[in-house]
Amino acid sequence: MDFLTLIQVLDSTIRLTTPLLLACLAGLYSERAGIFDIGLEGKMLAAAFFSAAVAYVSGSVWLGLGAGIVSSVVLSGLHGLASITFRGNQLISGLAVTMLAQGFTVLVAQDWFSQGGRTPSLSGGARFTGITLPFADTLAPVPFIGPIYAELISGHSILVYLAFALVPLTWWVLFRTRFGLRLRAVGENPAAVDTAGVSVTGLRFSAVIICGVLCGIAGAYLSTALQAGFVKEMTAGRGYIALAALIFAKWRPWHALWACLLFGLLQAIALRYQSINLGGIVIPVQVMDALPYILTVVILAGFVGKAIPPRAGGEPYVKER
Amino acid sequence: MTVMTKLLGAATALAIGAGAAAAEPAVIFDLGGKFDKSFNEAAFNGAKRWADEFGSKFLEIELQSEAQREQALRRFAESGANPVITTGFAMSAPLAEVAPDYPDTTFVTIDGWVDAPNVLTIGFTEHEGSYLVGMLAAMASKTGTVGFIGGMDVPLIRKFACGYAQGAKAVNPDATVIANMTGTTPSAWNDPVKGSELTKAQISQGADVVYAAAGGTGVGVLQTAADENILSIGVDSNQNYLHPGKVLTSMLKRVDVAVYESMKAGDDLEGGKVEILGLADNGVGYAMDEYNAELISDEMSKAAEKAKAEIIAGDLTVHDYTSDDSCPALSF
Repeated sequence: MDFLTLIQVLDSTIRLTTPLLLACLAGLYSERAGIFDIGLEGKMLAAAFFSAAVAYVSGSVWLGLGAGIVSSVVLSGLHGLASITFRGNQLISGLAVTMLAQGFTVLVAQDWFSQGGRTPSLSGGARFTGITLPFADTLAPVPFIGPIYAELISGHSILVYLAFALVPLTWWVLFRTRFGLRLRAVGENPAAVDTAGVSVTGLRFSAVIICGVLCGIAGAYLSTALQAGFVKEMTAGRGYIALAALIFAKWRPWHALWACLLFGLLQAIALRYQSINLGGIVIPVQVMDALPYILTVVILAGFVGKAIPPRAGGEPYVKER
Repeated sequence: MTVMTKLLGAATALAIGAGAAAAEPAVIFDLGGKFDKSFNEAAFNGAKRWADEFGSKFLEIELQSEAQREQALRRFAESGANPVITTGFAMSAPLAEVAPDYPDTTFVTIDGWVDAPNVLTIGFTEHEGSYLVGMLAAMASKTGTVGFIGGMDVPLIRKFACGYAQGAKAVNPDATVIANMTGTTPSAWNDPVKGSELTKAQISQGADVVYAAAGGTGVGVLQTAADENILSIGVDSNQNYLHPGKVLTSMLKRVDVAVYESMKAGDDLEGGKVEILGLADNGVGYAMDEYNAELISDEMSKAAEKAKAEIIAGDLTVHDYTSDDSCPALSF
């Protein structure tokens, strides 16, 4: 593999990592607050549809992004209502959110655009285009650093930079602010938080809303930046891979970045090479596709350290009376 | 009691009679969805044309999951629909199971393969159509590298790829053909993001014409090809209009004709046969319209037409991947 190919594969890695990373951070907030969320997939899908639909109708991608975030937050609110207010089973609620999104996106798309559950192709201002960072063109001829800066770092859509900037921000919020401390506490021991006079319900709802916002950005990225329009079930399991990355990262922001980059890299390699020849042993592309799941199982089985989820995760909080 | 039985019997006979008189054909669309702008949409267009022409109605269902296949077949057969038309190779196994239970219903499988007295198997010579678009691709390519992006990795899609590669190499023996499959699960038919990434990967390897045989995934391929200013080739339906001037041509597979003819035959449709639609009966071909007229020069269309005539006459044989699971022009 020569240097240029490496840059191209890494470039593809960044594009593929972004939706995973956003969804993974979304899950991180939610699960750290004790709300398991397997509905990441559904929220991304709903956001992908509404951002593409509104971007097409209004011609403004920013309005589209807003609509995507709103739709995702509404679904998050639904999940919160079921699992926080009514203390329902979080896994079932998350699954319901996904199934709901898979159904109504196609239904509404067919009703609005009559193109068989897809939106018309977006063009011009209705799409996020790559932004060229300052000095990218000047630096491009410089050997080694030039291609890295001009090809790999520059030229992505603004949502990519946002996603990567969210990693340190998430770390700072969770580990350096009062809100973050309480958020983590509510996922470990909600009773203690309650005793301290802080609202468990309020904290959990805010975590779920943040989760919705991030999933909304992830969905909008898929349909308005990577693609030019919505196609039914276009998330294609990325929400679940993000969940796997979250477990792989053991619910920590920086590790989430590395896990998502790893999974993105695996996808990029699988897309670039149909089979990889390692000194006589040929690894078929299917192995690369399955690796994220295999790695997650290995982590869960306890081979590489222990993955301990937030202690109160999955359990609705019942205040003693 | 006996009167009652007779009455019931008569009522049943009447019901069956009524059902048979108004036997509506039924179409089962595969997981790609009715409006995939490709294979299933072609089937839908054929059914719609029949319905419009004869002022009749047809029953239809879009499958949402693998588990629905057998259920949908049985439901249509029991409701008296005839013929029951299925699209996609994946219907073969459930159809083989269900067909013997309903000997009076004629089933049609497009792309599948079922050996039963009441099943009509309709196939296409996709390798020949792909051969022609492969020739056009190699002639349009400036870099000498052309790409192929398949949906789910199944023998049928490899048949497309193999014909395409043979066509490209026939024009330019030194041509490089890069072939990628999107995945190995049905979600590979609906993953435009992966389609885009594959296209970008192929472009970076030098491809400047990319042929997508990937259902909904192909939408992403065509979009990226248009964005990156290279040419693409659509599949099944005519997709030239999606990006005017950027889609070189589309490999037509006249699923619509197959569906239309089956519906027109109605109750007279005979099972137990295999029909292969090829270049001669316009079952496959390449699309020419106002959107790609400027892209295909006279020289190119002449070469393609010549090859077409040779294939029809039997002077030129295109290797069919599914005949021996191997391809002389491409390794997977």
